[in-house]
Amino acid sequence: MNGERNETALALHRKLSEIWGTPPGLGRLSAVNHTAIGLRFIVTSGIFFAIGGLLAMLIRAQLATSASPFMDEGLYSQVFTMHGTIMMFLFAIPLIEGFAIYLLPKLLGARDLAFPRLTAFGYWCYLFGGLMLLGALAAGVAPDAGWFMYTPLSSSVHSPGINSDVWLLGVTFVEISAVCAAVEITVSILKLRAPGMSLARMPIFAWYMLVVAGMMLFAFPPLILGSILLEVERAFGLPFFDPERGGDPLLWQHLFWLFGHPEVYIIFLPAAGVLSTLIPVFAGRPLIGYGAVVAAIIAMAFLSFGLWVHHMYMVGISHLAMAFFSAASALVAVPTAIQIFSWLATLTYGRPRFSVPMLYVFGFFFVFVIGGLTGVMLAMMPFDKQAHDTHFVVAHLHYVLIGGFVFPMLAAAYYWMPHMTGRFPVQHLSRAAFWLIFIGFNVTFLVMHLTGLLGMPRRVHTYAAEAGWDTLNLVSSIGGFVMTFGFALVLLDFVLQYRYGRAFPRNPWKAATLEWAMPLPPPVYNFASLPSIDRRADRIAPRETGAHLAAGRGYLGFVRNGQMETLGVSITSGRLEQLIVLPNNSFLPLWTALATASFFIAMLAKLYWAVPIAMLLVLFFFLGWTRVTGSRADCGALSVGEDEDAVPHAECSGAPSWWAMVFTLASNATLYASLLFGGLFLWTSAPGWPAQEPPGMSLAFSALTAGMIAAGGALGAAAARRAGRAPRTFLLASAAAHLTATLLLGWMALNGVPDRTGHALSAVCFAILCYAGFHTALAAVFALYGVWRDATGFISQRRDLDLRIGRLWHLYTAVAGVLGVAFIHLLIAMGSAGGAS
Amino acid sequence: MFRQGGTFLGALALAGCSGDLSALDPAGPAARDIARLWWAMLAGSALLFLLVMGLFALVMLRPEAGRRWSPRAWIVGGGILMPVPVLFVLLLFAFGQGERHLPWRGEHNPVRIEARAHMWFWEFHYLDYPDVEPTVDVLHIPANYDVDVIATSDNVIHGFWVPRLGGKVDATPGHETLVRLYADRAGSFGGICAEYCGTGHAGMTFRVEAHTPAAFRAALGLGEEETE
Ligand code: HEM
Ligand SMILES: [Cu+2]
Ligand SMILES: [Cu+2]
Repeated sequence: MNGERNETALALHRKLSEIWGTPPGLGRLSAVNHTAIGLRFIVTSGIFFAIGGLLAMLIRAQLATSASPFMDEGLYSQVFTMHGTIMMFLFAIPLIEGFAIYLLPKLLGARDLAFPRLTAFGYWCYLFGGLMLLGALAAGVAPDAGWFMYTPLSSSVHSPGINSDVWLLGVTFVEISAVCAAVEITVSILKLRAPGMSLARMPIFAWYMLVVAGMMLFAFPPLILGSILLEVERAFGLPFFDPERGGDPLLWQHLFWLFGHPEVYIIFLPAAGVLSTLIPVFAGRPLIGYGAVVAAIIAMAFLSFGLWVHHMYMVGISHLAMAFFSAASALVAVPTAIQIFSWLATLTYGRPRFSVPMLYVFGFFFVFVIGGLTGVMLAMMPFDKQAHDTHFVVAHLHYVLIGGFVFPMLAAAYYWMPHMTGRFPVQHLSRAAFWLIFIGFNVTFLVMHLTGLLGMPRRVHTYAAEAGWDTLNLVSSIGGFVMTFGFALVLLDFVLQYRYGRAFPRNPWKAATLEWAMPLPPPVYNFASLPSIDRRADRIAPRETGAHLAAGRGYLGFVRNGQMETLGVSITSGRLEQLIVLPNNSFLPLWTALATASFFIAMLAKLYWAVPIAMLLVLFFFLGWTRVTGSRADCGALSVGEDEDAVPHAECSGAPSWWAMVFTLASNATLYASLLFGGLFLWTSAPGWPAQEPPGMSLAFSALTAGMIAAGGALGAAAARRAGRAPRTFLLASAAAHLTATLLLGWMALNGVPDRTGHALSAVCFAILCYAGFHTALAAVFALYGVWRDATGFISQRRDLDLRIGRLWHLYTAVAGVLGVAFIHLLIAMGSAGGAS
Repeated sequence: MFRQGGTFLGALALAGCSGDLSALDPAGPAARDIARLWWAMLAGSALLFLLVMGLFALVMLRPEAGRRWSPRAWIVGGGILMPVPVLFVLLLFAFGQGERHLPWRGEHNPVRIEARAHMWFWEFHYLDYPDVEPTVDVLHIPANYDVDVIATSDNVIHGFWVPRLGGKVDATPGHETLVRLYADRAGSFGGICAEYCGTGHAGMTFRVEAHTPAAFRAALGLGEEETE
C-alpha cells in the first residue's frame, strides 16, 4: 500500500516536472517559474548590496579623518548618491520582491504566481535598469545630486551632463519592475490561494505582503510621474520645477517624499512580516494578536501616506501644518509598538529557543528600537531643525534600515536558506558573523548621532580639523570595517552551507506553515497536489500534509493535456472558484524587456527619433504575449479533484487578469491624480503665476474632444456586454472614436499650448493632453485587439474576458480624458492673468 | 524633573559637546531650548529602550514570568497605553517650544537680514540699512537682540544653519524662508550650508559675528546712533 503510493507519487512528480520544468542552457533565460525568478531576484539584490556596501566603505574611508580625503568632491558626490540609490532601489525593494515571489505561492498553497511571464519581465527590467546605473558608475558619469535628486541641482542648468538622466531613467526602469511585482503580488494573494484559505486564515506574512504590495501600487506613481516630468524638463525644456518659468522646486520634493516616506514602510513591513513569521516558530506557538497585528499594519500603511511633509520641515511650511504632520509622524510609533508587543507576548507564552535566526531577531530589537526612538525625536519639529541633514539623520536612517530591514532579512535568509538549498547550515561561522555585524554596526552609527549634533552636515566630502569631528569619524570608520568583515563572513557561511551543508529532515525548524509541506529543495511545481485549508494557515502539520499532497491526494493531483494548472479562490471566503491555467516558459518577457531597454537607452542617448519606434516595439511584443492565452471553445466546469469542479479562469468573471487591470488602473489613477495635484500646487505655491501668455483653448473644440473621448469609451465598454453577439461593430466604432480623439488631443497639444516651454501652466496642460492622448491611443489598440480576438474565435458569450478587461480601460480613459479636458480649462481660468482669479 | 535630569546629563556631556558648530553648545535661547529638548528626549528614550530590551531578555530567559500579564494586556498596555501618553506630552511640549521661537514673536522690531545663497558663498543684505554694502560669508548681528534672517537663492537649494544659535532653514529659489536668530552674548559663531548644493557644498561655511550695539554699528560702517 505504502509502496504503491510512493510509486504513484513518483510518477506524478515526473509528469509535473516535465511540464513545469525549465529547459537547461540558454533555455534558462526563458524561465518564468516563481522559484527560479525569486532566487534570481534575491541573488541579484545581494550582489547590489555588496556593491552598495563597497561604496559605503569608500565613504567611510574618505571621512575617517579630516586630513587625507582621497576622493575629490565630484567623485564623492557620485559615490554617496549611488550608495543611497543602490541600497534603496536596487537592493532593498528587489530583495523584498524576491522573497515574496519565492515564498508566497508556497505559503498560500499555489503552484505559481498569477502572471509568471510578468514575474520574468519584472526581473529583466530590474536587471537592465540596474545595469544602466552600474554602467554609468563605471564610466564615471553616475548620478551625483543625492538619492533624492532635488531640483534645481538636478536640472539641466546645474547638472548638464547625463548623470541625472541616468538616475531618472534607470530608476524609472527599475520602478516598472516594482509596479509589476506589486500588481502580481496583490492579485496572487487575493486570488491564488488553496481552497478554504479565507483572508482571515492567511499566514501573517501574506497579510504583510498584501499591504506592502498595495502601498507600492500607490507610492511609486508619484515618483514615476516626478521622474517623467523632470526628464521632460531636462530633455525638452518644459518647465515644471523651474521657478523662473512658473515651476517650483518644491513640487519635486512633494512628489518625491509622497513616494519616499511610504517607501520606508514598504521596506520595513516585509521585514516585520518575516519577524511575525519567525518569532512564533522559535516560540513554538502561533502568533499572539494576529488580528491586532493585521489592524496595525493596515493603520501603518494609511499613516505612512500622511507623513511625507516631515522630510520638508525646512522649506517654510506653516507651523500649524507642520504640527499636524509632526503628530501624525509620532503616531506611527503606536502600530509599531503593537507589533513589538505582540511579538514579546508570543515569546512569553511560548517556549523560546535561541538559534541563529533568533540572534538576528535580537539584533533587530536592539537596533530598531533605537532607530524608532530617534525617529520620534526627529518628528519633533524643533529638534529636526537642528538635526535635519546632519549625520544624526544618517545614523537614524541606518538604524531603521539596517535594524528594521537588514537584520530581519538576514534572519529570513538563515531561516529559509535550508528551504532553498535543502541543506542545513554549518553553525560555527554564523554566530561570529552576527556579533561582528552587530558590534561593528553600533560602533559605526551610535557615535554618528553625536557627530551630527556636533554640527557635521551629511554629504560633505571633507571637514575642517578644528570642527572636532575627527575622533568620532575615525571610530565610525573602524566600526564600518568591522561590520563589513561580518558581512563577508555571512557570505562565506552561505557558500559553505550551499556546498557542504548537511541534508536534513523535512521541516528543520518545526514550523507550521505550508512552505515546509514539500520536498526540499522545492520541486518546480511546489505541490504535487494542492491542499484544502480548514484552519489558520500557520497551524498546519507540514509533515502529514506534505506526504498527503505528494501522493497526489489533494486538488489537481493529476496532469491534464500537459497544462500548467493551479486554483483560484474567491477573495474573502477562499471558496474554490476557478481553474487557472498558467502560460509556459517563454522568451517573450526577455524580448519585451529588451525593447523597453531600447526605449530608455534611446532617451538616455537623446536619440529621440528612436523613442516612438521603441514604444511600438514594446507594444508589439506585449501583443505577442496574448498568443498563448485564451481558448477557442467553451469548456465549462472541469474536475479539479476532491470531487469538485471549477470553471477555467477565461470563463470566470473574477479572473486574475481582470483584477490585475483593476489594480493597474488604480495605480495609474494615482499617477494622474499626482499630475493634477501638481498643476494645482503650482497654481497656489509657485512664483511667477498667473501666467502672462495662457494657452488659448476653444471651448467648442474641447467639448468636441471630450465628447469623442466619452463616445469611444462608452462604445468600447458596451462592446463587452455584447460578447458572442457581434461586438465587432461596437469595437470598430469605438476604435474610430478613440483614434479621432487622439488626433484632436494631439492637435490641441501642438497648437493650443504654444507657450509650453515658457510657463508651467502651459507645460502642465500639455502634459495632461499627452496623458489623455496616450490613453485614447491605447484604447483604440484595445478595441482593435478585441476585434482581432473576436475574429479569431477567442470570444464567446462565456469567454468574454478580453473584452471585459478592455472595458475597464475604455471606462478609465473616458473618465480621465473628460476630466483632463475640463481640468485644463479650470486651470487656465484660475491661473492666467486676467483669468477668474 | 526632565529639566533637572537634562541639566545634569548636560553638565556631564558638556566637555564633549562644545564646538564651533555644535548644536549642543547653545549660545542663544532657540538653540538652548532645542538642546534641552534633546537631553530630555535622550533620557526618556534611554528609559524606553531599557524597558523594551529588559522585557525582551525577560521573555527569552524566563518566559513564564511574563505570563503574569494576559496577551491582551501585553498588546494594549505596551502597544497603546504606554506610547500614547508619552507621545502626547512630547508633542505638546515640542509644539509649545516651536511656537515660542517662531520669527513673528516678540514686542520690538527685529533686525531683518536677507541671506542670499550663491554657489558657493553667502551674501548678506541688511534690509534695515539700505546703504550698507552686503557682506560676504560674514553675517553681523547685534547680540541680545532678535534677528530675522530671510533665506533665499537664485540658483540651487541651500541650507542656512548656525547650529549654536538655532535651527536651520532651506534657501529655495523662488521662495523666502524665515528663521529667527538670537545670540545672548557677543561672539563669533560658525555657520554652514546644510542642504547638498553641488561640489562646493562642504566649503560653504560662513561666520556670524554678534556684537554689542556700538560694535554692530561700527562693523556695518554706520555712525554713532542718535539716542531715541
Ligand atoms: C553596510 C553598511 C553601511 C554603511 C557603513 C553606510 C554608510 C553610510 C554613510 C556614511 C552615509 C552618509 C554619506 C554622506 O552623507 O556623506 C550613508 C548614506 C546613506 N545610506 Fe548607507 N551605509 C550602509 C548601509 C546602508 C544600507 C543597508 C542602506 C539601505 C537599505 C543605506 C542607505 C543609505 C542612504 C539612503 C543614504 C543617503 C544617501 C544620500 O545622502 O544621498 N545604507 N551611508
Ligand atoms: Cu549651499
Ligand atoms: Cu550646501
